Amino acid sequence: MSARIVVRVQKEVFDAAAEAAALTQGRSDIGAVVTFTGLCRDEGGALAALEIEHYPGMAEDEINRVAQEAASRWPLEGIVAIHRYGLIRPGEPIVLAVTASTHRTEAFAAATFLMDYLKTEAPFWKKQHLADQTSDDWVEAKAQDFAAADKWRA
Amino acid sequence: MRALYFAWVRERIGKADEEIAPPETIKTVGELMGWLHGQGENYAAAFAHIKSMRAAIDRTHVKHDALIGEAREIAFFPPMTGG
Repeated sequence: MSARIVVRVQKEVFDAAAEAAALTQGRSDIGAVVTFTGLCRDEGGALAALEIEHYPGMAEDEINRVAQEAASRWPLEGIVAIHRYGLIRPGEPIVLAVTASTHRTEAFAAATFLMDYLKTEAPFWKKQHLADQTSDDWVEAKAQDFAAADKWRA
Repeated sequence: MRALYFAWVRERIGKADEEIAPPETIKTVGELMGWLHGQGENYAAAFAHIKSMRAAIDRTHVKHDALIGEAREIAFFPPMTGG
């Protein structure tokens, strides 16, 4: 059975529990659901907010492509991938990856894969607004994120 | 063709998108970045480190040696930092 894939790019806050519940609603064959939520940190009080820019259209396309790739690699029953854009305050959620499968191993692996690829392939860019209003800087891409995505290519 | 700029590339150029008409001799994405680099101080600042920049043709990631061909939309941006 092919996985049910839900992809959304939105400004609004999402409800991680509700999204995960919707994936298993009326199903009795799913044995594992992994839910990952990425949150905005305040970096020890230094960060006032993150501003996330995205490439409308391509952002949805890339997340869909990554979700399809996950579904082709593991026997999944469902995937939910949501990424927010706009102004996001510390404590608010930024990104959601939910994977459902018969057993846990596939769900954990697919959720990690989704996040590793989302970070390096989906066209989103974070700008930091600092609490002391000194300067606003674009977050630099980290080599460790690219290394994390690369390991799946082996 | 339509050129789109994101994040600090957009900020340095001072616009999010524009219509561009490079000469016929510009065949690849990398050559187009080099040509844009020469279009003024703001473009030179945006395309100062071409090697680390990313590009997409019609909303698909492409390498610098990709041919522009019949592209309708070409986007330039720094490495992604979502997630």
